[in-house]
Amino acid sequence: MSEHITIVHALKKYGENVIIPDLSMNIKEGEFFTLLGPSGCGKTTLLRMIAGFNTIEGGDFYFSDQRINDLDPAKRNIGMVFQNYAIFPHLTVRKNVEFGLKSRKYSREEITKQAEKYMRLMQIQQFAERMPAQLSGGQQQRVALARALCIEPSVLLMDEPLSNLDAKLRVEMRSVIKDTQRDVGITTIYVTHDQEEAMAISDRIAVMDEGVIQHIGTPKDIYQRPANLFVATFIGRTNIVDAELVVKEGKTFLKVGSFDVEMTNVEKKHAKNQKVIVSIRPEEYKILPKEEKGIKAEVKESVFLGLNTHYFVRTERGNDVEVVQESTIDSIIPPGETISLGLNVSKINLFTSDGSANILKGVKNDLANV
Amino acid sequence: MFAKKRFDVWSGVTLGFVILFGTFLVYPMFGILRQSVLNEGGEFTLQHFVKFFSQKYYSMTIWNSLKVTISITLVTLLIGIPFSYFYTFYHIKGSKVIFVVSILCAMSAPFIGAYAWILLLGRGGVITQFLKNQLNINIGSIYGFKGILIVQSLKLYPLVFLYMNGAFRNIDSYLLEASASLGCVGIKRFFRVVLNLSMPTILAASLLVFMQAFADFGTPILIGEGYRTFPVEIYNQYLGEVGTDYNFASAISVIAIIMTALVFFLQKYATSKYNFSMNATRPVEKKKAKGIRGALMYLYCYGILAIAFMPQIYVSYLSFRNSDSVVFLEGYSLASYRMAVDKLLFRSIKNTLVLGFGALAIIIVFSVLIAYLVVRRPSWINNVIDTLSMLPYIMPGAIIGIALVVAFGQPPLVLSGTMAIMIISFVIRRIPYSIRSTNAILMQIPISVEEAAISLGASKLKTFVVITVPMMVNGIISGAILSWVAIVTELSSSIILYNNRNITLTMSTYVAISRGSYGLACAFSAILTLFTTVSLLLYLVISKTEDIRL
Repeated sequence: MSEHITIVHALKKYGENVIIPDLSMNIKEGEFFTLLGPSGCGKTTLLRMIAGFNTIEGGDFYFSDQRINDLDPAKRNIGMVFQNYAIFPHLTVRKNVEFGLKSRKYSREEITKQAEKYMRLMQIQQFAERMPAQLSGGQQQRVALARALCIEPSVLLMDEPLSNLDAKLRVEMRSVIKDTQRDVGITTIYVTHDQEEAMAISDRIAVMDEGVIQHIGTPKDIYQRPANLFVATFIGRTNIVDAELVVKEGKTFLKVGSFDVEMTNVEKKHAKNQKVIVSIRPEEYKILPKEEKGIKAEVKESVFLGLNTHYFVRTERGNDVEVVQESTIDSIIPPGETISLGLNVSKINLFTSDGSANILKGVKNDLANV
Repeated sequence: MFAKKRFDVWSGVTLGFVILFGTFLVYPMFGILRQSVLNEGGEFTLQHFVKFFSQKYYSMTIWNSLKVTISITLVTLLIGIPFSYFYTFYHIKGSKVIFVVSILCAMSAPFIGAYAWILLLGRGGVITQFLKNQLNINIGSIYGFKGILIVQSLKLYPLVFLYMNGAFRNIDSYLLEASASLGCVGIKRFFRVVLNLSMPTILAASLLVFMQAFADFGTPILIGEGYRTFPVEIYNQYLGEVGTDYNFASAISVIAIIMTALVFFLQKYATSKYNFSMNATRPVEKKKAKGIRGALMYLYCYGILAIAFMPQIYVSYLSFRNSDSVVFLEGYSLASYRMAVDKLLFRSIKNTLVLGFGALAIIIVFSVLIAYLVVRRPSWINNVIDTLSMLPYIMPGAIIGIALVVAFGQPPLVLSGTMAIMIISFVIRRIPYSIRSTNAILMQIPISVEEAAISLGASKLKTFVVITVPMMVNGIISGAILSWVAIVTELSSSIILYNNRNITLTMSTYVAISRGSYGLACAFSAILTLFTTVSLLLYLVISKTEDIRL
């Protein structure tokens, strides 16, 4: 039975040191939910509060309708996968997988059957009698997953499970985890600091910074309409440029240096003369011949990466920005050449001058709905 | 670690240790402190301290102890550091032998070495007699300061060697290469880089040597003669010819503990100046020992080893010689062993096994539980337990003996003369070392493994029994064997606590030596040496590591 999770006003502190001041969120039943943020943002702390390994200094945690604050971790019916796998090194793969079932008073036949089922699901049945030391990192991770899943927990918690694997295996295990989660349909909370991994694997992502959730949304929402400047810079690459919003005859214009362009998707209450910060992702620039309308700039350096070509350019205002263009068969623009930069206005994001909020329409942040 | 700090199994364990430590450690310690400031009438007085410091006859024992202990510490460093440098950085043939024999020397019963040296270089010693009669050379007396220094240095330098071997192997060869690239090589590099990097270990080894040498009872009483040290004085006050004076013995004990505590904190302070840790990504590769320098290294290592170990072999050899209790006669037989059988050999062995295994079982259970409390459930009360468990480290064995006699020689709890009091003293003597090593083992085990078990629904107790303990078991067994050897060769508190019923093999050996019955003493020594040797070989097979922390 999968459950939805509700956290209301969670507080975590060590002594006087507040790690998580006041955090609330909802996680839907069967959802793959990721806590994403830089190291030290409190994401693992929050996960361990849900698991019961960290104390909760305030607020309420619910699995469906049951408040779990005071429930022993052993009774929360969670499956947990740890960063270092935490495979019992003195037990065989089979005994590792069966461990949780034995604590649950299954009959011997049920234990064998259930363990077999999940070892087969994770494709480790051929290693059943091996000791963990004889397994590779990826195989150990499969054992950890099988062990966590076979007790059929109501919630699966994963703490940076892929960070100890090499890059190639990481991508492979990513899809193993995603597929398994979809098949089993279990509510999953996944912690990572790798934004690409989070994008690839999650139904929804909560971006955290300094113990505060900045944005909860689908990978697409978070990437395309980040709720604030932190989310914009943390997810993907972006150029941050100072600009002004100017309202003329009922129309709103974005003015970047001497270049201006009309914006049609600014929230009404923000449509006034003000300083703003623009987040322009490298692919949201368009390189135009220097005669065309745009931000005047000079190419400093170019890097050809096959699919795309990256240009490092300096604008007339002295800003260094990165521009990505699909590689063309024509020659690469040489350093020193002057160009014009156009903007894909529907994609760029505008923030208030303190960076605290996106002022465009279409921002979906579930944080507001808690 | 857990969501709630309510009363659970582990809180009960904590409570249990508070009671146990209170009864068998704090209460006896307090008893010593009390006795030291009471007169015969039971009134408060500082007369014992005044007596100690005003009469040179007494006060000199502490200075004698300090002088000889500091000398021993320096000499062990002087012998041990080059020894381990050659061992770690050069291919020396037979390095396994060097390693094993060194451990044997370090762990052998402390007084057998002294006895062997007396047999060799004492007044009637074979070498002394040979030189005097054949070559007319008088080598002078080995008794006193010189004797203690020689015997203890040769017994304790292996501790320095074992510790330094660990430190040297942790030195990254990149550091030495970096030093060379900056123009610092050879002997200059040894002092400026290698030794400095090893400073924390040198200090740790020094402290261990100091504590063992300072507290040693067997060596000074056999070979010290007129050079009186304080453990002997405590023993004399307790059971000397002049009669028992608990109060004065207690006062000396308090002074001695203050000394060791000062040294302990001084060492901690010195160590804090070297706050770094090393872990070699690429350990230094061993070089071939070639030419004159190579030959000298071989000569040095094997020479020291022979001098340190031959006496024990010699004693074992003598055990097969005929003797009439005061002189060795021609011919060989098992007569000495037959005599040993008459002198409580079997009871001593049986007692040693019963007491040894009994104490060992308690030590293992205690140190595993305490390690768990300290490492996994830190709280002020568990830290107090941890600190208390370290107390015996600075308490010489004789003082622990006195403290137990004072505390449990009278109601409400009378234990003196029983097997139980022996076990208690063994546990107290050994627990600081044992807890240190189990702490280290537990710290190596990531906590997430236990959390995994709990997340899978196992209770805290089940997790501990099924997951934590099995993961610690190898380290526990290695540590247990070292504890076993230490218990089997324990003398300085046993001598105060033993009687005919609870006598151990070590005590029987000591009694035979002190009564001057040569053959018997050698037979007991040989059996004791065999005991420790077999145990240590077992240890080496099981632990398969060179990292030994005694």
